[in-house]
Amino acid sequence: MPEINVTPLGAGQDVGRSCILVSIGGKNIMLDCGMHMGYNDDRRFPDFSYITQNGRLTDFLDCVIISHFHLDHCGALPYMSEMVGYDGPIYMTHPTKAICPILLEDFRKITVDKKGETNFFTSQMIKDCMKKVVPLNLHQTVQVDDELEIKAYYAGHVLGAAMVHIKVGSESVVYTVSVNKYAKSHISAWIDKCRPDILISESTYATTIRDSKRCRERDFLKKVHETIERGGKVLIPVFALGRAQELCILLETFWERMNLKAPIYFSTGLTEKANHYYKLFITWTNQKIRKTFVQRNMFEFKHIKAFDRSYADNPGPMVVFATPGMLHAGQSLQIFKKWAGNEKNMVIMPGYCVQGTIGHKILNGQRKLEMEGRATVRLLISFALTKRLIHVGKLLACVFCFHTLQLDVKLQVEYMSFSAHADAKGIMQLIRMAEPRNMLLVHGEAVKMEFLKGKIEQEFSIDCYMPANGETATVTTNPSVPVDISLNLLKREMALGGPLPDPKKPRTMHGTLIMKENSLKLVSSEQALKELGLNEHQLRFTCRVQLQDPHSDPDTLHRIYTHLKSVLKGYTIQHLPDGTVMVESIVIKVSSSAEDTNAKVLLLSWSYQVKHRHCPCSRLSKLGQKHNRLKT
Amino acid sequence: MAAHLKKRVYEEFSKVVQVTHEEAPAKKLRLSKPSKSAALHVDLCKASSSTDALQYLLTFSRKPVEAESVEGVVRILLEHYYKETDSSVRLKIASLLGLLSKTPGFSPDCIVDDAINTLSSEKSHQVLAQLLDSLLVIGSQLPESPAVRLRLIEVAYKNLSDSSFGVRTKCLQLLGCLGLLEAPLGKDSDGPGPSLAMRDVQSIISDYFGDQDPRVRTAALKAMLQLHERGMKIHQIIYDQACRLLSDDYEQVRSAAVQMVWVLSQLYPESIVPIPSSNEEIRLVDDAFGKISHMVSDGSWMVRVQAAKTLGSMLQVSPHFLEQTLDKKLMSDLRRKRTAHERAKELFASGEFSSGRKWADDAPKEKLDTNTVNLIASGACGAFVHGLEDEMFEVRNAAVEALCQLARSSPSFAEKCLDFLVDMFNDEIEEVRLQSIHVLRQISTHITLREDQLDTVLAVLEDSSRDIREALHELLCFTNVSTKECIQLALLELLKNLNKYPTDRSSVWKCLKFLGSRHPTLVLPLVPELLSTHPYFDTPEPDMDDPAYIAVLVLVFNAATSCPTMPALFSDHTFRHYAYLRDSLSHLVPPLRLPGRKQVYGLDSVDCGSGSGSVESAQLFLQQSLNRVSTIQNLEAAGAPELLDLTIRDLQRLGELQTELAGAADFCATFLRCQLLLMKALQEKLWNISVPLILKQNITVTAAAQQVLDESYKLEFLYSGLENRQVATIHHVRLQAKALQLILAARTRHGLDSLISSCEKFLQDVESFQRLFLTELPHLQDSFVEKLLELLPRLSSCKPVEQVKILQTTLRQSGLLQLRLPEQIHRATATIIEPTGESDNPLRFTSGLVVALDIDATLEHVQDPQNSVKVQVLYPDGQSHVIHPKPADFRKPGPNRHRLITQVYLSHTAWTEPSQIEVRLLLAYSSSCSSRLGWTDAMDSLHPAEGTVEGTIPFSKHVKVFIMPKPARR
Repeated sequence: MPEINVTPLGAGQDVGRSCILVSIGGKNIMLDCGMHMGYNDDRRFPDFSYITQNGRLTDFLDCVIISHFHLDHCGALPYMSEMVGYDGPIYMTHPTKAICPILLEDFRKITVDKKGETNFFTSQMIKDCMKKVVPLNLHQTVQVDDELEIKAYYAGHVLGAAMVHIKVGSESVVYTVSVNKYAKSHISAWIDKCRPDILISESTYATTIRDSKRCRERDFLKKVHETIERGGKVLIPVFALGRAQELCILLETFWERMNLKAPIYFSTGLTEKANHYYKLFITWTNQKIRKTFVQRNMFEFKHIKAFDRSYADNPGPMVVFATPGMLHAGQSLQIFKKWAGNEKNMVIMPGYCVQGTIGHKILNGQRKLEMEGRATVRLLISFALTKRLIHVGKLLACVFCFHTLQLDVKLQVEYMSFSAHADAKGIMQLIRMAEPRNMLLVHGEAVKMEFLKGKIEQEFSIDCYMPANGETATVTTNPSVPVDISLNLLKREMALGGPLPDPKKPRTMHGTLIMKENSLKLVSSEQALKELGLNEHQLRFTCRVQLQDPHSDPDTLHRIYTHLKSVLKGYTIQHLPDGTVMVESIVIKVSSSAEDTNAKVLLLSWSYQVKHRHCPCSRLSKLGQKHNRLKT
Repeated sequence: MAAHLKKRVYEEFSKVVQVTHEEAPAKKLRLSKPSKSAALHVDLCKASSSTDALQYLLTFSRKPVEAESVEGVVRILLEHYYKETDSSVRLKIASLLGLLSKTPGFSPDCIVDDAINTLSSEKSHQVLAQLLDSLLVIGSQLPESPAVRLRLIEVAYKNLSDSSFGVRTKCLQLLGCLGLLEAPLGKDSDGPGPSLAMRDVQSIISDYFGDQDPRVRTAALKAMLQLHERGMKIHQIIYDQACRLLSDDYEQVRSAAVQMVWVLSQLYPESIVPIPSSNEEIRLVDDAFGKISHMVSDGSWMVRVQAAKTLGSMLQVSPHFLEQTLDKKLMSDLRRKRTAHERAKELFASGEFSSGRKWADDAPKEKLDTNTVNLIASGACGAFVHGLEDEMFEVRNAAVEALCQLARSSPSFAEKCLDFLVDMFNDEIEEVRLQSIHVLRQISTHITLREDQLDTVLAVLEDSSRDIREALHELLCFTNVSTKECIQLALLELLKNLNKYPTDRSSVWKCLKFLGSRHPTLVLPLVPELLSTHPYFDTPEPDMDDPAYIAVLVLVFNAATSCPTMPALFSDHTFRHYAYLRDSLSHLVPPLRLPGRKQVYGLDSVDCGSGSGSVESAQLFLQQSLNRVSTIQNLEAAGAPELLDLTIRDLQRLGELQTELAGAADFCATFLRCQLLLMKALQEKLWNISVPLILKQNITVTAAAQQVLDESYKLEFLYSGLENRQVATIHHVRLQAKALQLILAARTRHGLDSLISSCEKFLQDVESFQRLFLTELPHLQDSFVEKLLELLPRLSSCKPVEQVKILQTTLRQSGLLQLRLPEQIHRATATIIEPTGESDNPLRFTSGLVVALDIDATLEHVQDPQNSVKVQVLYPDGQSHVIHPKPADFRKPGPNRHRLITQVYLSHTAWTEPSQIEVRLLLAYSSSCSSRLGWTDAMDSLHPAEGTVEGTIPFSKHVKVFIMPKPARR
């Protein structure tokens, strides 16, 4: 029995470091090649030695498919292709191909330049790696080789995220990350009812059913709007990609809708580049954005301008998007310090903040922050000035600067959760849509997976697997074997009549199966003989029936003929001049034995084919007994 | 050599082209003759190859064929059909058969047999399908002949087992359209055919629900729906099959199945169906509701739209199931989480002010039992939650619509869906927002808004789209709110709206008017604050021209009508302002019983006290006036003109006082004015003076005749609700005016020829009048026309000069026509709201370029404004432009009301200084459009040109706009 083997190298009962090996129909495919954010050592990358101890991976893998540009899905790509060694094709969608190197380069910079790691991939390696990428279009079927084909489906709002349908012969696997992050609905992702053998799905939020996004959006906009009307400034710390663009669109449309005039700024750098790609790949975004594209490109923002450091001191209301998202460094922190003192201002944290960051502190309601001295000398002095401590003099300031500085947080702090990942419902929807025979969960915590697994098995009564890293899940498949059938044979079969072919009911037919070099062919026997150069042998069955009859041979034959005529209605019965009776293709002869002229021997002869059709053979064989009766 | 060859090929090719060119006009000439069949025959015989034949057929199919020659054409086509080997030509012939049998006036029963015969010999599936399609056309042309139907059905049965999906699809379509509704009595049918046709159509069609081709499955479902539409009762057995098809692989099948299930649920709502895998049973409509709800989360958005729309019309569903559609359960890490809606509600209940600033206030609460969590929504669970959050706005819109329909029939459901609808006010697509505002307005009788909901609703007031804002104002007019804070909030937001979009002024005021009159008790405690009065100190008097202050006053005064204690809180200037506003904005400020203001009180009581009684008395007065006028029999009678004058004045004043009767009064006044004018023009002394003086007097009479003519058009087209009788009267007046013109023309003697032609024209007018108002003639006794018709034989035979003489005497002898008022007459009016004409700042633009002028106008009682309303722009140099607004510029905010919001483009050469242009609205009319008379056919064939009179009536006041085209700078 053929089987499909799925082995997660990462993301098996775990979050991050997505890397799944699938062997299907003799092909080996790697799905995603991600890194783990939590580790800084070797555990960061998937363990490629599982595939081969030494040497390159090219011989063992037929292709690599990357689902989307998040680093936990593509972070290890240059390491695998350049440092471990892989020269085969890497498939990803166009937007992923465009944005992925930016993120990889950023990641590299942080690890090598900031943390000072060595033995890491270089910029050149990223470039080389990207040269191996073959871009995919949505719903385009790509032939990797003669047997392996892949097809990408739209998977949600992370630009360019795709579900992949992998097919070898009649066996198939669907891999989905069901990112769906920013989509409004449970079902923005759509897939054919392709009934794959395995559906591999991410299950990060397996135990979550989320609320409508509209409420959250409304809250967010309302807060921004109120602050702007008060004349305050709004700071929104974001990470560069994905959510930032989402919020930009949201604010941009809101500004348009409400006819607002206050400026919105976007901090420069990485985000600008990313915006550029969003602009290019507008067709990969959601309906609203696509619809308005007729008038203009939504990402060519009308109200949103690039930010300059000096703008932060401008009077009047404004909204600023600044990186990074957790207020731990960089531009967002600088602006935060400037604006923290005014209660009219507001900071909106659109995501989760790691413990220890300023973001986390202020979210927990801390109103006095202690800044590290060195970075805040200038601030300290101005602070001192405002406190009218001039008479104390600079000495005091100098004293302070070696200690820490107290920053009063007067501005309003809001938290706005936009992390609406695909929830359990989304996954269930997907199963309903694709109708897989087996389900396999990856990229999630084991406990949560357990719950979802139970649910899936209960609702759909299909098997569900959740292999750990390095563990192999094996699914036996029952592939249908395609056979070419000659048209003549089919037509002949049609001509025989009967009801129209019904796909749900099997039907028997006669033919010869020829297996030649890997291909199967069903042809008529004559053609098979001709092709194989064989002579036709006829197999005939004969049967003798002894009977007592005083008449002469021809007479007996005639009597049999008339009897048969009366008994077998609906069959053609011929009395041939050469002393035989033909019932369809059955030949009946009569001969008398030498000794006893009364004892006649009835010779029945029929060919092999006849036996199988429902012919009068059986009835003929009974003939003997009847004949005996006839005589008496 | 090659070049030579190429040249030859080219030559030959060009030759072919030329031949067809030559033939085309020749054919055309022949075709213009009635015998069309002969031409076709010749063409088809000439065609050497099948491509040529196809070409001929294609050109042939573009021209209409007369009903008489259709049969001949069909014969020729069929003849050719049997000869033709190429299937594409046969296909074209087959399609022509269907096209030809649609020819009006042709009855295709004579070609049925031939068409059916062609089927037997046809091998090509495509042609077969096309033939069946043509048969379908033939069959639907002959609804009266059951024999043909039976034959066609038989044919369909025979071909149902064809191997091509196209043929099967067409057969099913044929069955759906022609299948017999009731099995006819089987006794008279002996042949084998009819018995086949007698078989149950439904069971045969439903056999194809399981066909292997999705298109055939769809066709089978559609055929079944068609049967339902034609009035056949679909059997309940089909329900199970249809439900199975809901999970088909193909979207069009699923979509049709949704419809099918819906139809069955409407047919058998109360029958009981078992729930699979349990012993329970539920009503069929509930079961169907659950199944269709499930389809709201289908993979294909078309099916989702279909399902969401369908849900709205399933009103018989039990409330228990209905409420499940709004069910949503959230969880996070297997712990139950409250939805934002629940949180908002709780906050409201606890009286705590929504801070929204608490970290993790949406933190999950209790732990959930894993077994109770239902991940895949079964049945109706959360159908609308999904529908409203769908990615495609079409689905969201359909869901909102369905929600509205269901909520209107169930108040409890309306209450529940409120949160969701309010949420939709923030949708990213404007259409959805607008739709949900409209929906909320429709169900507003059932609901009361909570403060947090109102907050969300009001946030939309700042929307830049005018439609949205106005829809919201409309909604606020009908909304009930719960607390005085809500009123305050609403007022605040409306004032903000007014500040941001000053053009919304009237809409905002109107909104506040209703808000005040709906919630007098809630406004009462706010009054001191709103009017900023102080118990001890005098506060400064607010600016009376401030729209915001007027808005506040409108709210307060309207609340005060049903709250007698409120005026005690007013300060002095408020009373003064009241008097001013009551006069200037009387439609917004109601009459108030103010203490200590006797004279105001007395006056007001006349207005408001008698109420409906005053309308009746006004009606009575109107009738009496008319009766009085009707006593005038003789035009020459002394005092008649004075009486008419008086009555006209009375009526005009009545129209001003009683808005309900304005139309009627106006109509009567105009009519009487016409009579008066005619009367004056025909006065004895004018006609007896000597010739030299005639010229001067002629001018006034000509003017009068022209004016009567104009007024008669106004009477006919400006008023709605006229009956045939009034139209006849108006036409009669017009006829009189025309007669007068004719007489005048005769007197000035421009020439005999022109006189003859105008006489003829007049006689034609009289004839057409007679034809038109034959039924009304008895009512027109003793009138001009009656006398005229008596004299008609004599008139038509005598000379023009004599005719004129006769006319003159008849005209002068004829009595005054009585006017009978119809039930309701409304005058079409238009008010230009914008531009206001108050601006002193000229609109500057570079000459030669255009400037867009926004026009906002309300139209009342205008029928078909899209075609009739035009904008006229008059430039100071006398130039005038008429602009026809786009149909999309008209909105319909209420019955008999339209709103025109459009832009007109102005342009002119450079001026030295700013000057005013005039803008006004015109009502275009064309007498041929008056289809209500129901004689358009006759007129079209008789006098297509003369019958129509086109023109425009200005029906709004003009507005002056200051513009200044500057010379272009080089």
